[in-house]
Amino acid sequence: MYALRQWSVRNARVLEWLYEHFEGAMLVLHPLWLWMGYDRIEGPICATERRVKAALFDCRMCGHCVLSQTGMSCPMNCPKELRNGPCGGVRENGFCEVMPQMRCVWVDAWEGSRRMRDDSGIQCVQPPLAQDHRGRSSWLREVREKRDHRFFDTAD
Amino acid sequence: MVEIEKPAPGEPLPILDGHSSPGRLERVLRAGQFAVTTEIAPPDAADAQAVFQRASRFDGWVDAINATDGSGANCHMSSVGVCALLTRKGYATVMQVSCRDRNRIAIQGDVLGAAAMGVTSILCLTGDGVQAGDQPNAKPVFDFDCMSLLRTVTSMRDQGEFLSGRALSNPPRVFVGAAANPFAPPLDYRPLRLKKKIDAGAQFVQTQYCFDIQRLKQYMTQVHDMGLTERCYILVGVGPLASARTAAWIRDNVPGVHIPDEIIRRLLAAHNPREEGIRICVEMIQAIREIEGVHGVHIMAYRQEERVSDIVRDSSVLEGRIPWHPGISQHSIH
Repeated sequence: MYALRQWSVRNARVLEWLYEHFEGAMLVLHPLWLWMGYDRIEGPICATERRVKAALFDCRMCGHCVLSQTGMSCPMNCPKELRNGPCGGVRENGFCEVMPQMRCVWVDAWEGSRRMRDDSGIQCVQPPLAQDHRGRSSWLREVREKRDHRFFDTAD
Repeated sequence: MVEIEKPAPGEPLPILDGHSSPGRLERVLRAGQFAVTTEIAPPDAADAQAVFQRASRFDGWVDAINATDGSGANCHMSSVGVCALLTRKGYATVMQVSCRDRNRIAIQGDVLGAAAMGVTSILCLTGDGVQAGDQPNAKPVFDFDCMSLLRTVTSMRDQGEFLSGRALSNPPRVFVGAAANPFAPPLDYRPLRLKKKIDAGAQFVQTQYCFDIQRLKQYMTQVHDMGLTERCYILVGVGPLASARTAAWIRDNVPGVHIPDEIIRRLLAAHNPREEGIRICVEMIQAIREIEGVHGVHIMAYRQEERVSDIVRDSSVLEGRIPWHPGISQHSIH
């Protein structure tokens, strides 16, 4: 929903805090997810993620969430699905060239990122989206990757 | 003074030390000269002569010719096609690649093909939305965005591999560029966006049309303070406006082009608006030349391509230098 999406950008800092704690909890629960089986929980977790993020961010389930680096403005709402900043076609009033009734998601992202504690993420160059991640849970992928990294880092 | 050997059409020049490409645009920029580039209008025809005839208007006045890739989301001859023809004659081209129409498989293939044909500069663009053009019901692809495209082309050249990691036996030796729009919101983010493009691999940028010198100066000051003018060559976009009506239409209908009221008033008051448009363009180039950190201009004279030579001559930015063109004798080049 557009109004809620705008609220999320205005409250980017609160959401950043919430996300950090949520991610911590998900990471702590890693043994539980492993015991239950990541593939088995993909369905229910994915459905929950879809509902929550669709309400808050108009999430498109790209499968590779970068909200913490885009000021809590989902870049997949950009008609060009730009993940690395605004195109050159932003209107004088800060609205989108393709959808003139919508504010540019990157104008929002820039404002949101400045409200966040860590505002450096917007400067990271994002790789092209892995199209085969679409429709899958970004939360679970993230937890799995982070856990694997930790495992390998400590093993080194 | 740059040493430009006479290129055998279709055959690359040697790559100089520290250069990424054998191209003349890179040579001119690295030699510290003020570069002039322009844009060729691709024909709506399967006609090689139309391309050669359009390119010949720029002979002796520009360092490289940009071949647009479905600009404004309108269908024309492809940039690969135009470049294939122009490189046969030895022209220095900047092949524009837009992310709108092709996915990563097609684009990486085109980059290899283009470099093999003698394309030495590639401009990585996001591309206009399909709604802007003559085929609004097309499927927008946008598998890459300009940033990931820049990174991919750069890593093909420097790491010698595709995005997948598969090795290339002969990497594309290209000078990689990007577009920049200092005039669109969010204005305070634009310098950071340029930095991001440079981090992703941009070695030169060509900007959107500049009609507001004050806004450009503010941008250039920020960009200069961030040290970006040391890391990237900046060519500012300019172009002649045909009349006040055209200017107003562009302002209202072409997203991302910022035209101040003052320019429109000047065109309205002019006895001959077309000539006034040329004068404004020439004055703009002269003002741009004085700004620290600007390395050249990119002239986009849509439907007035035949006036590019007048604009370059009147602005005297080449200072007597004659860029290479087919038919020029070797010793007169400097």
